[in-house]
Amino acid sequence: MSAKTADKIATGVIVFITGLIALALLGLLGYILFRGLGHISWHFLTSPPETIRKGGGIGPQLFNSLFLLVLTMIITVPLGIGAGIYMSEYAKAGKITSAIRLVVEVLSSFPSIIVGLFGLLVIVNKFNLGFSLLSGALALTIFNLPLMVRITEQGLRSVPVQQKEASLALGISKWKTIRSVQLPIALPIVLSGSILAAGRIFGEAAALLFTAGMSSPRLDFSDWNPLHNDSPLNPLRPAETLAVHIWKVNSEGLAPDATQIAAGASAVLIITVLLFNLGARALGRYMHNRFTASK
Amino acid sequence: MIDIALSAKQLNVHYGEKHAVHDVSLDFAEKEVTALIGPSGCGKSTFLRSLNRMNDLIPSCRVTGDIWLKDQNINGSDTDVVALRKNIGMVWQRPNPFHKSIYENIAFGPRYHGVKNKKQLDEIVEQSLRKAAIWEETKDRLHKSALALSGGQQQRLCIARTIAVKPDVILMDEPASALDPISTSKIEELISELKQDYSIVIVTHNMHQAARVSDKTAFFLNGHVVEYDKTETIFTNPTNQRTNDYITGRFG
Amino acid sequence: MKKSNDREVATPHLAEEWVGKVYTFICILFLIITIFSMVYFVASKGLSTFIVNGVNVKDLLTGLKWKPDGEPPMFGALPFIFGSFSTSILAAIIAAPLGFCAAVFMVELSPKIGRTFMQPVIELLAGIPSVVYGFVGLSVIVPLFRDLFPGQGVGIAAGSLVLAFMILPTITTIATDALASLPAGLKEGSYALGATRWQTIYRIVLPTTLPAQMTGIVLGIARAFGEALAVQMVIGNAPHIPNSLFESTSTLTSAITLSMGNTAMGSVQNNALWSLALILMLMTFVFVFIIRWLEGRKKL
Repeated sequence: MSAKTADKIATGVIVFITGLIALALLGLLGYILFRGLGHISWHFLTSPPETIRKGGGIGPQLFNSLFLLVLTMIITVPLGIGAGIYMSEYAKAGKITSAIRLVVEVLSSFPSIIVGLFGLLVIVNKFNLGFSLLSGALALTIFNLPLMVRITEQGLRSVPVQQKEASLALGISKWKTIRSVQLPIALPIVLSGSILAAGRIFGEAAALLFTAGMSSPRLDFSDWNPLHNDSPLNPLRPAETLAVHIWKVNSEGLAPDATQIAAGASAVLIITVLLFNLGARALGRYMHNRFTASK
Repeated sequence: MIDIALSAKQLNVHYGEKHAVHDVSLDFAEKEVTALIGPSGCGKSTFLRSLNRMNDLIPSCRVTGDIWLKDQNINGSDTDVVALRKNIGMVWQRPNPFHKSIYENIAFGPRYHGVKNKKQLDEIVEQSLRKAAIWEETKDRLHKSALALSGGQQQRLCIARTIAVKPDVILMDEPASALDPISTSKIEELISELKQDYSIVIVTHNMHQAARVSDKTAFFLNGHVVEYDKTETIFTNPTNQRTNDYITGRFG
Repeated sequence: MKKSNDREVATPHLAEEWVGKVYTFICILFLIITIFSMVYFVASKGLSTFIVNGVNVKDLLTGLKWKPDGEPPMFGALPFIFGSFSTSILAAIIAAPLGFCAAVFMVELSPKIGRTFMQPVIELLAGIPSVVYGFVGLSVIVPLFRDLFPGQGVGIAAGSLVLAFMILPTITTIATDALASLPAGLKEGSYALGATRWQTIYRIVLPTTLPAQMTGIVLGIARAFGEALAVQMVIGNAPHIPNSLFESTSTLTSAITLSMGNTAMGSVQNNALWSLALILMLMTFVFVFIIRWLEGRKKL
C-alpha cells in the first residue's frame, strides 16, 4: 500500500470518527429531547412527585435545584474569588505556594462521591446540619472551590500588568487596585467561568445524595418565611434536587411512568445546562465587545 | 542654591544574578527636567522604576542603597510604599489608561486619597485635563471609555491622571516612544509646561528629545552613570569619551 | 519644604491592605483545612475497619466475597476494585483513539469546522450531567446490549461505554491543546521531506505529543474511576467478578452509593464502605502523582 493511499484511508477514518462523535452528541441530545419534551408540561414542572401513582411532577425538585444553586454560589463566589486572588496576587513563589497548588489540584481531582461522603460525616453529622439544603450547598462549595480558584487566577492573569502598575503608581493600595482595577477587567472571564461552574452544580448528584438528601418534604409555596419548617426557603430542610431525582426514579422508582418522568426531568436538566452554556458564551462575547470595541 | 527633589545614593539593582544598576548616585533638582539616556539594556529604566519602588513587583529584583525624597528614605524597609507612591507619579512607554471612563481615570486617584466631594472632584478632573492639554478634546465625552482615545490622547490622559494626585516628582519612562511625531511634540511641550510645578525624571531613547526638554542629562552605560551634567554640556562638550561616542551616534 | 505636612496623610490604606491580605488568606486557609480534614476523616473512618473491627487488610483487598450481613460477615472488596479498574481502563481504551482522531481533525484537517462546530460539541458533551448519561445508558445502551449479547445488558461493557462518552471531552481537549502547541517548523520539516500528512502525524506528531496525550488519558481514567451514579445505573451492582463484559458487577463507587444509606454509622458494615472510599481516595492521589510526573516529562 502506497503512502498516499494510507494517507487517504487515515484521513477518511479520522473524518468518519469525528463525524461519529458529533452524531453521538446530536443523537444523545435528540434522544433526550425527543423522549422528554413530550412529557414536559406546566403541570409536570410545577406539581409534586407521586411515589406509586402516575402523573407525578418535578416542581419541588426544580425549585430545590435552583435554590441550592443560588445558595452554593453565594458561598462559593466570595470564597473562590478570595482564594484565587491570594494565589494570583499575594502568594510568593516558593515551596509553600507550590504545596498549596498541589493541594488545590488534589481537591479538584477528588471524586464528587468522596466530597459527598465527607459532607455526610462532617457537615451533616458533626456540625449537625442534617440532610439539608445548607449541607448540600456546603458540599457543592467544596466540590466547586478549586474550579472557582482556577477561574479567578485565569481572569487575573489576563489583566495587563501595566494596569496594576498604573494604579499602584498613583499611591493606591494593592487591595484597592485588585478590587477596582484588576477584578473589573478580569470580570468577563470570571463571570463566564462561574456560569459554567453553575451548570456543573446544577447537574451534580453524587455529592448531594448524602448531604442534601433524597427526600423532599411537602412544601408550602405560600409560606416564604425561611424560618418555617414547610417554607421552600428554609435552608435547613432536606431537599432532593432534579439530578438526584432522576437517579432515584431510575434506580428505585415505583411509579408506572418512572421512565417518562426521568426523561422529562433529564430534558429539563439538559435544557438548563444548555442555557447556562449559551449564557456563558453570550456574556463572554458581550463583555469582550464592550471592553475592546468601545470606539 | 537649587533644592534637591529626589536623591539616589549608591543605588544597586540586581535581577537574580544580573547586576543591572551599579552604585548610582544622582541628585534630581526641584522643578527641573532630568533626562536619563543610554543604549537599551543600560539600566536606565530599571533605575527609574526603583525610584517609586515599582521594582517591588518583580520577585527576583533586589534594590539596595538609599533614595531620599526630601527627608524620607524611599528605599527603607519600613517605608509606607503606598503613601510614598502618591508623591512620585509615573508615566509609561505605552499609554495605559484604566478600562474606565475618562472622568473615572482622573478621579480614581484623588477620590481614593480622600476627595469625596463631587464638585471638588469635577474641578480636579477639569484642572488636570487642562494642565495635560487634553481638556478641549475630552470635555464633551468625559463619561465615555478612555480606551476610545487615540494613543497620543491616551498618553496625555495618563499624565493628567498622574498630576491629579499632586505628586512632587513625575517619572516618565520613554513617554513618547510609542507615539507619532505630532503626538510626540505635544508631549514634549507638555513636559516643558509641567516643569513649572513638578520635578521630572525622564528616560528617553531619543537624544534630540533629551536635548529639547531636559535641563540636566545623565548618561547610563552597562548599569553605570558615565556622566551627569547640564544637558547643554553633555551634548556640546562631554568630558567622557564614551559619552561623546554615544551622542555622536557611534553606538547605541 | 512646603509639602512636608501634606505628606503626613493619615494611613487608612494600611488597615485596608491588612483586610485584603487577611480575607484572601482566610479563603485559601479554608480550602487547605477542608482538604486536610477530608483526608483525615475519610482515612480515620476507612482505617477503623481494620483497627476497630479487626478486619484483615489483605482479606479486604484480595477477598472475593462481599457479604457484610453474612455469618461471619465477609468483606472481600476485590470484585469492586476489579470493577472500577476494568470499567475505567476500558473506557479510556475506547475514548483515547476517538479523542485523538477528533483532535487531529480539529487541529490538522479542518480548524474552521473544528472551532465553530466540534469545539462546542465537545464542550456540550462535557456539560451533560452524569445522571443524564446514566439515564441514557440505562434506556438505550443496556437494552441494546441485552438484545445483541447474552446476559442482561448491564455490566462492564455498558459501564465503560457510558464512561467513555463522559471522559471523551477531557481527552479530546488535552489532545487538541497538545497538537495545537506543536511548533510549526516540526511539521513543515516533515512535509518538506515529502512525507504525507498521515506519516507526519504518526511519525512526528504522535510521538512528540505522547506525554501530553498520556496526561489526558490518565485524567480521563481518574474521572472515570471516581464517577459514581452513571456507572451505578448501568453496571448491575452484583458484588462478584463477572465472567463476561455483559454480566452484572459492581465498582467501588457503586457499592458505596448503594449501601451507604442503608447501614448504620459506626457499624462494621458501614466502616467497610468507608474503607472502599479510602481506596478511592488513595487512587486519586496516585492519579494526581502520575499526572504530575507526566507533566514534568512534557516540559523536558
